[in-house]
Amino acid sequence: MSTANHGKRFLIAFVVLSVIATPLVAVFVGPHLPPGNASTQAHEQVFDNTWLLAIMTPPAIFVVLLLGYMLVNFRSRSEAIVDGPPIRGDLKIQTLWMILTSATVLFLAGFGSYELVQSGSGGGEGPSPAFQPAGYTRAMDVQVIAQQWEFTYRYPTYGGVEVPHLVLPAHTLIRLHVTSLDAIHSFWAYQLGVKADANPGVDNVAYVRTKGPTTFDIHCAELCGLWHGYMFDTGQVVDGAQFASWIKRQQSYFAPLKQYLPKYATSYLPDPQDRAG
Amino acid sequence: MRATGLKLAGVAAVVAVGGILIGFYVSGWLVGNTTPYTPAAQTTGATKSVNLTLQTVAAVGPTLAPHPDWVSYLVRDSSGHWRRTTVFTLPAHALVHVTIYNFDGASGLRNPFLGEPQGLVGKEVVDGKPVTAFAPDQPSHTFAVPELGVLVPIAPVADDAKNPCGYAPCAMSMAHRTITFTFRTGKAGRYRWQCFVPCAAGFLYGFGGPMQSVGYMDGFLNVV
Repeated sequence: MSTANHGKRFLIAFVVLSVIATPLVAVFVGPHLPPGNASTQAHEQVFDNTWLLAIMTPPAIFVVLLLGYMLVNFRSRSEAIVDGPPIRGDLKIQTLWMILTSATVLFLAGFGSYELVQSGSGGGEGPSPAFQPAGYTRAMDVQVIAQQWEFTYRYPTYGGVEVPHLVLPAHTLIRLHVTSLDAIHSFWAYQLGVKADANPGVDNVAYVRTKGPTTFDIHCAELCGLWHGYMFDTGQVVDGAQFASWIKRQQSYFAPLKQYLPKYATSYLPDPQDRAG
Repeated sequence: MRATGLKLAGVAAVVAVGGILIGFYVSGWLVGNTTPYTPAAQTTGATKSVNLTLQTVAAVGPTLAPHPDWVSYLVRDSSGHWRRTTVFTLPAHALVHVTIYNFDGASGLRNPFLGEPQGLVGKEVVDGKPVTAFAPDQPSHTFAVPELGVLVPIAPVADDAKNPCGYAPCAMSMAHRTITFTFRTGKAGRYRWQCFVPCAAGFLYGFGGPMQSVGYMDGFLNVV
């Protein structure tokens, strides 16, 4: 078979497979991609991941198909070791390759930037977030305090009460203020699509809009010492009435601590001089 | 060709053995070469319970550890001797009655929230009196099992106390506080426990050395 025929046959196979596989991947695999559908940000991330997977499907088919095609058609059929035909450059193919890859990368950069600008995508944006979701002025503030090796949480709109487990009201925009009291940690609420570094003395803001009641996993995503692997918890999203009743119970249970907790601040720097004897 | 293959296999075997030895060394270092202690369980009706007696000391001393200046927990075994281990094997769904003799002074918490006893059956009792919360500069240490929701701040020995203990094991005639409390173990599993007070003297912000080593201020509850 001539080189031109090989090219044509490969191209047809590639186009046919791509046209079939890409929508199948987007429709059937996409909805099952992480991190899930527990928040608006998580839902947006699934949408982004679906697009990325769909876009990478044709290149993946290209690579695998080319490898298979080469193995089948250009394998050595004898024991003799002989040089293959010389390989020469092809300006048209090179130009096409440059155009296609550049267009893909530029599209992904634009797509990613647009998605980020919409709501911050659940990532930590530092003390002055550049990308704020709609209605952010009415967001509920919740502070995440990391320490070796546990996350605790403060609710400034409920008297600054601090609790050991994160509970959030459903269908609410939450402004998380992530900080640390010692080493660098990272607050990762997987199913909510939130991940924000916890640095001492820094208020790292991340937005998340909860959906219906659910549970979600919380992990530290920054190697932070001996019990880093044990720095996990399960958070809850509950309906409004349940949340109101829960926060009232917490305020009552932790009332003895009220006199000792510092005034709510976006970060804390405990005095190291008092520590370690 | 065959010789090259043998050489490659030899190199792979050496790398594998080296990796395993390094793994043993690192895991031994991490767990502090501590052997688990299993207190005897008692059964009253349908309730199982165990007694656990611990001691917290500012310096573990040369006879019990390779780091004599490190702060540490010790456990009293069934023969009445103090041992340096922080890995305890406990029955599931059992009540654990803990007595801690603390011979150390105040260090203080970085997070005042950790000054309230939590997750206990009944109250934390210090020198015979129940406590509801500690001021953040008071705790000497904590005994905390975050997965079980257990948090117990440990009251300190006063700075001007007479007859303070220098090195462990400390005699009961030396200045100490007595802390008692009870918690429930829950289902079988491996739970880490730790001190939340940055009490590692000589380390940056008190968080190094014994705060990062099983066998001193960190350990496991093997609930079976």
